[in-house]
Amino acid sequence: MTDTTLQNLVKKPRSRWLDVWDQLKSHKGAMAGGVVFIFIVSSVFIIPLFWPYEATYIDIRSRNQGVSWSHPFGTDQLGRDTFARMMAGGQTSISVGLTAMALSLFLGTFVGVMAGFFKRLDNILMRLTDLFLALPLLPLLLLMMLLFRDPLNAAFGPEQGIFILIVVAIGITSWMPTARIVRGDILAIKEREFVLAARSIGTSNTKLILRHILPNVVSPIMVSATLGIANAIITESALSFLGLGFPPDFPTWGRLLYDATDWLQMYPERVFWPGLAISLTVLSINYLGDGLRDALDPRIRGR
Amino acid sequence: MLSFTVRRLIIMVPTLLFISLVIFLLLELAPGDPMAQIPLTVPPEVKQQMRLALGLGEPIPIRYWKWVVQFFWLEPQVLIDYYFGSSFSEGKLRVMSWQTRSPVMDIVIQRLPQTVWVVGMSYIVGVLIALPIGIYSAYKQYSVFDQVGTFVAMIGYSVPPFFSGVLVIVIFSVQLGWFPSIYDTTLEVVNWDTFVLQLKQMVMPVMVLALQTTAQISRFMRASMLDNLNQDYVRTARAKGLSESVVVMVHVLRNSMIPVVTVIALGVPSVFGGAIITEQVFRVNGIGQLLITAIQATDLPLVQTLTFMFAILIVVFNLIADVLYGILDPRIRYD
Repeated sequence: MTDTTLQNLVKKPRSRWLDVWDQLKSHKGAMAGGVVFIFIVSSVFIIPLFWPYEATYIDIRSRNQGVSWSHPFGTDQLGRDTFARMMAGGQTSISVGLTAMALSLFLGTFVGVMAGFFKRLDNILMRLTDLFLALPLLPLLLLMMLLFRDPLNAAFGPEQGIFILIVVAIGITSWMPTARIVRGDILAIKEREFVLAARSIGTSNTKLILRHILPNVVSPIMVSATLGIANAIITESALSFLGLGFPPDFPTWGRLLYDATDWLQMYPERVFWPGLAISLTVLSINYLGDGLRDALDPRIRGR
Repeated sequence: MLSFTVRRLIIMVPTLLFISLVIFLLLELAPGDPMAQIPLTVPPEVKQQMRLALGLGEPIPIRYWKWVVQFFWLEPQVLIDYYFGSSFSEGKLRVMSWQTRSPVMDIVIQRLPQTVWVVGMSYIVGVLIALPIGIYSAYKQYSVFDQVGTFVAMIGYSVPPFFSGVLVIVIFSVQLGWFPSIYDTTLEVVNWDTFVLQLKQMVMPVMVLALQTTAQISRFMRASMLDNLNQDYVRTARAKGLSESVVVMVHVLRNSMIPVVTVIALGVPSVFGGAIITEQVFRVNGIGQLLITAIQATDLPLVQTLTFMFAILIVVFNLIADVLYGILDPRIRYD
């Protein structure tokens, strides 16, 4: 056997994340979804820096205009530039989606880790999760909007207040699936030898969870993160659409869609852009999540 | 199986009580006063009396207990009275709506048929479309049909009903003028013409709701079929010379339906929840729309009752799903 064949046989060591990335690259839908999502996020946050019109700038003389070079999406009934409003709405919708996802992920992981790791807490925490799953979420969200809007508006101002309210409301009503998945995984990982080894050299529980166990449950958490963003964006838009989300002068995609339905007979095209933006964002995230799930699943990876 | 069902039924009671307590406390601890809209010229004594008339002003545990008694003890009596003409509930105070001063359950009963018709139809239509799609895309995995099915299901997941609903209104009712954009509940089906009208106004809401159902269930059906298609018993069935249609439609399908049936049962409450938005889009005056108007008018008893009824739906259908799973799959043993 010559040296070259030996070198071919001994492959360079590859990290797990490199494998995941390779698998993800082969999933066309996931790549397309990722590119579209990054494109939407960056354009929503970067274009307003250069755009000549403010989202709230009212120019009553140029109201209800159609498509033109200066107003690519036209203007609304107060002469505000729809393109600028779409960008501003996207900023809010995506920020809400990301923050709510982070909150629900944190809660879900925390409950899942606690339930999976500490046997005494398992029963009570899982009963709590079951109870939360039995709550009617959309009615409860609407209820929270109704009840806590005014005090929070008074405390943090109308925009900050409603932002906090929506993020917290979505966060505490969507952590349950993550908690269940994380608990299941931790129950299995807890019994593995490396955990025993770490414990035998005197690792404290906190270190054990943070250094040894959490890195091994990152993949299900990442998948639920992508789905969480999609879910949060849809929920926020639904609340705004029902008139219980952000105030009227504060554009979000759901709010723009809600406002546009009043002008459905005369300007049906106004409904199209915010709806398309929501659908496209959610679609791209879902495809990304689908690809991630395949890439992070060791049974599918490498096939 | 029976003991499992009974045990679950018993567990249901504390679960429902806890949920009702959560809803009650949420409404109770929320800042904001239903009397805030009353003019300042009204003297405080009168205000206090108004509070008592609305059922407020007593300590929280007493009011919770009163609501529980009204909901779980009095309302069933009213139902019995209605069917058998007895008079158990005469002269007792029922849960009253603040908006209309009429019993909450009466309003709910008025609104329920519209929701059940639209939502129920859409769920049935959605399931009926989803099952063949799921079966065929699993059988021809990675074919063009499968790819298209996957894409349509992704769209069904991603396009929210408040967009797809508005979109079909723009296309079919504003541009083409085929269907009415508003659901007319005063319409009574008496002859062929009104029947056609009823069908026409139901097409769009049913289609919008069915798209979501179809997306979920067809994916699930496909995954479940794929799990079974590679099993040994399928090879055995083919080896003993059974026709392909019998193998797929009898042997594989029956085994694949087990998880799908539970998913169908579990999906019912969420369809009712999702109908809140669809009803708002198409102006169907069902219970979803009732909830929205009650929330906007701060009609707390109505909101509380409706929310709790959604919770009952979830708990009951969870139980149905679990029991169905046990009945359909003899490998599952709960004891």
